[in-house]
Amino acid sequence: MQAFAALIDGLIYTRSRDHKVRLIADYLRSTPDPDRGWALAALAGTLSIATVKSAAIRAMAEERFDPMLFRMSRDYVGDTAETVALMWPDVSTDVSAPTVSDVIDLLSSTSRARAPAVLAELMDRLDANGRYALLKLATGGMRVGISARLAKTAFGQAFGVSVEDVEEVWHALRPPYAELFAWGEGRSERPDPTDSAFFRPFMLAHPLEDGSVDLDDFAAEWKWDGIRIQIASTGGETRLFSRGGDDVTGSFPEIASAFSGIGVVDGELLVRGEVQGGEAASFNALQQRLGRKTVTAAMQAEYPVFVRLYDILFDGTEDLRALPWVKRRDRLELFALNLDAIRFDLSAIIEARDFDHLAEMRGAAREAAIEGVMLKRKDSPYLAGRKVGLWYKWKREPLVADCVMMYAQRGSGKRSSFYSDYTFGCWTPDGALLPVGKAYSGFSDEELKWLDRFVRNNTVARFGPVREVEKSLVLEVAFDAVHESKRHKSGIAMRFPRISRLRRDKPADEADTIAALRAMIG
Amino acid sequence: MVPFELSLARPVYIPMAAPHIRQEQRTKSISRTAAQHWIEPHAHGIYVKPADMWIDPSRPAERALVTHGHADHARSGHGAVWATPETLAIMALRYGTEKGTPVSYGGGFEAGGVKISFHPAGHVLGSAQILLEHAGERVVVTGDYKRRFDPTCAPFEAVPCDVLITEATFGLPVFTHPPIEDEIAKLLAARAANEDGCIVVGAYALGKAQRVIAELRRAGYDAPIYIHGAMQKMCDLYAEHNVPLGELVLATGLAKEEMKGAIVVAPPSAMNDRWARRLPDPITAMASGWMRVRQRARQRNVELPLVISDHADWTELTDTLLELRPSETWITHGRTDALGRWCELHQLKARALDLVGREDEDEG
Repeated sequence: MQAFAALIDGLIYTRSRDHKVRLIADYLRSTPDPDRGWALAALAGTLSIATVKSAAIRAMAEERFDPMLFRMSRDYVGDTAETVALMWPDVSTDVSAPTVSDVIDLLSSTSRARAPAVLAELMDRLDANGRYALLKLATGGMRVGISARLAKTAFGQAFGVSVEDVEEVWHALRPPYAELFAWGEGRSERPDPTDSAFFRPFMLAHPLEDGSVDLDDFAAEWKWDGIRIQIASTGGETRLFSRGGDDVTGSFPEIASAFSGIGVVDGELLVRGEVQGGEAASFNALQQRLGRKTVTAAMQAEYPVFVRLYDILFDGTEDLRALPWVKRRDRLELFALNLDAIRFDLSAIIEARDFDHLAEMRGAAREAAIEGVMLKRKDSPYLAGRKVGLWYKWKREPLVADCVMMYAQRGSGKRSSFYSDYTFGCWTPDGALLPVGKAYSGFSDEELKWLDRFVRNNTVARFGPVREVEKSLVLEVAFDAVHESKRHKSGIAMRFPRISRLRRDKPADEADTIAALRAMIG
Repeated sequence: MVPFELSLARPVYIPMAAPHIRQEQRTKSISRTAAQHWIEPHAHGIYVKPADMWIDPSRPAERALVTHGHADHARSGHGAVWATPETLAIMALRYGTEKGTPVSYGGGFEAGGVKISFHPAGHVLGSAQILLEHAGERVVVTGDYKRRFDPTCAPFEAVPCDVLITEATFGLPVFTHPPIEDEIAKLLAARAANEDGCIVVGAYALGKAQRVIAELRRAGYDAPIYIHGAMQKMCDLYAEHNVPLGELVLATGLAKEEMKGAIVVAPPSAMNDRWARRLPDPITAMASGWMRVRQRARQRNVELPLVISDHADWTELTDTLLELRPSETWITHGRTDALGRWCELHQLKARALDLVGREDEDEG
């Protein structure tokens, strides 16, 4: 348990992704079975101990600590599990600390009623960091900034196998993944993934910077602004994967259960919006559904989702990835005929006379859910990652607005000594500035140095890590869209804002108004 | 100063601010409690009436008793100052020439019928508790204190008293400072694992920095330790007071290459700031009691939290109260609510003073 606790703390304090991967890989290599398998499951979010809920931890605390002292401590620390771990008295160190698998065995073999007592006995055998890891393990919420994909990447790095190979076998296996480690260490054959639905890496596009393509060789589709999603089904099992390869089936159960085909398809998950007359609504609506492990029926009704299909990778067990795009498109159209039309439709091909005509159509497209145009080489196979010359994304010209810098905050990692995150605002009719967005990219290193100096020399107030600055600097901000937002006082929020230019020449009172931004809502 | 009503049947905890803060409470008072007729807590310090002296006043006073050299206790601009010789030296270094009468540990004097003596508090070099004896009552003002071993200062001395006026910076049961040896071992292990970079340790310039350096030496680390320019004079002062710190090198004007594999000690404010850009791939460590709480460490971009504090932790605070069993405890600053609650649970009479201007985060 100490090694696991040290890993968890290391992940909490490490900000670099590569360093996190290294920490996990080191742990997986140096820890015996089955501890490392349980730890891997905990990190990938596939471990669940039904007997312990966070209410049990609170109950355990209230039984032992004065409620007032506990509440004060909890308010200060901000996390129940950590508060309990820190307040728990250090008992004699004579007894040996439990291993991760001791913890799993004890907790999964007890009843929900007995669980708090079992947990308390385990707490007595651990130090503060061990107790914290124990409580996080028992409740399943590690919160260490690790996605399932990153955990698999770490496994791949630990044993010199590709993450795609790990992905293929992953869903066929169960914690503590003994077969996976046996394969990783070369002690056995690769486990057989048949009959499990697993993730295949997405094919991605390069941005079309300048120039054009020949529409004889390329097909054009709209680029939809939703969540890129892969649906994999064996008939027995259907799973949804996000672009990063994380299993998001639980967030969109209606899609998984409506999918009646067998195979693997690629598409965009969108919310059907009322205001758009049944068309796809903006990304903003979809955000309401993101990141939820489970969703209520009410959520499903309020934000009805559907998938707009782009491509097909497998039809049944037949691998179509080597076929040219035109052939796959034919197969996709046939495949879609058998799907529920409410939940699945096809991404339409744009019929343009020539490239200039396409540019005109792209310019005229004002639908909120359209992010631009995709250009796909008609003879392109479906390949993992970004390959030159096959697929291009041609985003709509960004919108721009002149905003005034209001607050600044330090960045993280290499930027931790720079004020590199800026909140900016636009004017209200009565001459006040309201924040409309926050950006931390788009400027050069030289510009960053200048901005950092500007913030330091023009600070008018400090709120913890945040500095309020003199409202004098105009930032030209580029963004993909602007939409209504109840969360912001200005009533609007930007999508993908970035700093496009520093307008040191422009007086702050000539920056844009909230009304002008509101007029850009698509 | 109008005293407050306290039930005699059962010890109670009254959150009591200094008189000018809680005006509405002043009307209720009837009975007297210990020492209240001659010691007045005010928001800006504790006033010893018969001696006409202020303890750690946060604004300039004619006559000030100063427990230790930290800026929130030792302000500049007082008329006359009584403090330990070490504290006076620290004040002279920070504020230039400071008038002062040195009072050694165990030594004392009398003023206006109050016997005043200084006793070690174990917080930083020269830190003292102040014992006040008057009208048959003994009152101890702890200032900031700790009870752990510290090679840079004299150890805390438990002084029996009727009223204990204590701090409560870490007065929450989540605060247990681990053995410093473990934290130093963590620091040395991180250094060994990062030969190509350096470790920059954020530590308050008075006390914490010297303690970390002295503990590194005690653990057998004898390589040069690099320090921020703002620490040099204070480190020299410690060395002059027989606290050897080994070879210290100023981390200013050095090539990045020279500091590879080094331990660098800097004030917390410099760590995430422009100063740190000169360091080779630094890992950010912070030596502070606040590092016990993960979110606190993350908020400050700390990668290597070292739970090292010069204040008493929850156990030290409560053990001291159980050991001394004062008939009354006044809590000056910190988590006055939580320590007050503990006193209530342990049938100890307590009250909160909530002095202002105490508790600089970086000092933890």
